[in-house]
Amino acid sequence: MAKIIKDKSANLRGKQLKKSPTGITGFDEITLGGLPKGRPSLVCGGPGSGKTLFGIEFIVNGAIKYDEPGVIIAFEEKSEELTTNVASLGFDLDRLQKENKIKVDYVHVDKSEIEETGEYDLSGLFIRLSHAVDSIKAKRVVLDTIENLFSSLSNEGILRSEIRRLFQWLKDKGLTAIITGEKGIATLTRQGLEEYVSDCVIVLDHRVQNHVSTRFLRVIKYRGTMHGTNEYPFLIDREGFSVLPITSLELSHDVSNEKISSGIVSLDEMLDEGKGFFRGSSILISGTAGTGKTSIAASFANATCLRKERCLFFAFEESPQQIIRNMKSIGMDLQSHIDKDLLRFHPSRPTIHGLEMHLVEIHKRIIEFKPHTIILDPITNLVTIGTVSEVKSMLMRLIEYLQSNQVSVLFTALTSTASSSEQTDEGVSSLVDAWITVRDLESNGERNRGLYIMKSRGMRHSNQVREFVITNEGLELVDVYLGAKGVLIGSAREAQQLEEATGEELRTYAGSRTDRQIQRKRTVLEAQITSLKEEFESIEEELGNTRREEQLRKEIMERNRKEITEGRYINMKSKRNKQDGKGK
Amino acid sequence: MAKASKKYELRLYIAGNTPKSTAALKNLKKYCEEHLSGIYSIEVIDLLVNPQLAEGDQILAIPTLVKKVPEPVRKIIGDLSNEAKVLVGLDIKPANK
Repeated sequence: MAKIIKDKSANLRGKQLKKSPTGITGFDEITLGGLPKGRPSLVCGGPGSGKTLFGIEFIVNGAIKYDEPGVIIAFEEKSEELTTNVASLGFDLDRLQKENKIKVDYVHVDKSEIEETGEYDLSGLFIRLSHAVDSIKAKRVVLDTIENLFSSLSNEGILRSEIRRLFQWLKDKGLTAIITGEKGIATLTRQGLEEYVSDCVIVLDHRVQNHVSTRFLRVIKYRGTMHGTNEYPFLIDREGFSVLPITSLELSHDVSNEKISSGIVSLDEMLDEGKGFFRGSSILISGTAGTGKTSIAASFANATCLRKERCLFFAFEESPQQIIRNMKSIGMDLQSHIDKDLLRFHPSRPTIHGLEMHLVEIHKRIIEFKPHTIILDPITNLVTIGTVSEVKSMLMRLIEYLQSNQVSVLFTALTSTASSSEQTDEGVSSLVDAWITVRDLESNGERNRGLYIMKSRGMRHSNQVREFVITNEGLELVDVYLGAKGVLIGSAREAQQLEEATGEELRTYAGSRTDRQIQRKRTVLEAQITSLKEEFESIEEELGNTRREEQLRKEIMERNRKEITEGRYINMKSKRNKQDGKGK
Repeated sequence: MAKASKKYELRLYIAGNTPKSTAALKNLKKYCEEHLSGIYSIEVIDLLVNPQLAEGDQILAIPTLVKKVPEPVRKIIGDLSNEAKVLVGLDIKPANK
């Protein structure tokens, strides 16, 4: 949106309002650049809302980051007090003063010391301010809180005209100024300063909801520029002020095709290609109490660290020591990752501050540590400090932020047994990319854990229920037994598996017995064949002998006949011869 | 006068020769001559010349008259046109009169 406007007015850019960055995290984003340069801005709010800090941070950041020296005119606190107060935020006002980058001037007016007689003006203040500005060539000024003058000087008419003159003077000098003002009953400031400062008005507020206080910042008015109009929660911590823009304008961010392991091999296998989740995706693990959500989360963290990537673990329920000890019992050594600074725990009680503050806190930690993976365990406890819709909106923004930074996130959520397990209590199930449910499956007098993948955007995934077991070596998924007897889990599954194994054994045994029988039969058969063959041979031989005998006999008979025949012939011849001899 | 024994050290802060400054100085001199003749000293400080001096006495308004001695330190701002107030401010006259 901002871009379009920028493009349209490209030729006007030179004439556009120039801005002075405050260096306050998030604020420059809301105002698209900071406070109006060379103009006074009003920062107002109730006591303790952070007005002074806002001003000081503006000056200190100006001096350190943007090379714009600044002057702080303090009407409330002495410079030593200010120095001490902001030292805890890491601002060294003394050093900056010595380096002539900052000048703190404490203006003290004691009503009891002062008597007003006749006409006067505030030239003294002007002179002090202009002296301070000139001595360090300041570009920025903070007046904290000019309204104090009203309590010490009684001539309001003079004061008002002088304040008007002061703001005009600041403008003429081209100083970017912050004027702080205490919140009035019906007006933004007690003395109606807003009527003098018309360029930029910022309201700071802190509200208590459910005993939890949250600070808010809102830009009420910003002339000549667009700006975020919402109430933005902000945080004051040891790094100072940080504002969180709640909603980013677009829903477009790069996506990665890279996959990262969940740390449970068998879970990865349930997903497309067996490699796990997409990098930068959001994963929700929901389940009833004691189903091992934290263990899954920890194994995801473990896997991240084993890839030499950084992981940030937000623990809302257990202390880090407790988690480390518990995970050790299932074979995960998280301490070694902490030692290598790959894993960081950030434990906090959900009730320690408001929801928005948690979000700011998470943002800050992420910016600080730049993790590849973050874990929130569990998000359920956040509901104690906000309504469901608030938690949802917070998580939505968190996911959005994480995705734009390619950070994978794993939430765990407790589902109460009473409610349908198809819906998490936080209503975030529609926001996440992958949703895994771990459910207690109760049957045959025992409870077992069943794990399903409810959804996994952009990849095929198994639709099977797996039994989820936690062993000494880690987490594992076991195929549940699906058969004629239905879905079997736990000891029923084991019994079924045993039964099957027995059957297998028996079948094998039976098989081998048949084999042996065949073998035996074959042996017998072969023996028979041999004997038959021998028998045949003996018969054959016998038959051969008979035939030879026959042949022999035939030959002999032939010979004998021949001999006989021949013998007869000879006889006949001799007879004839005898007969011939007689007749002569 | 009871207070005649005291020594008065007065400082008048002004910023240039504005009508208010001139009036203040004129009024001050007049009161001093009338009530503190001989026991007072007036130091006029022009902040346009010496702006760094404004911080020391916590000067905001111009003109400001500061009574350093005798204690307590009092500041009177304005052109000193109200004589009674000035005298009370300088502890010359008790406030109830």
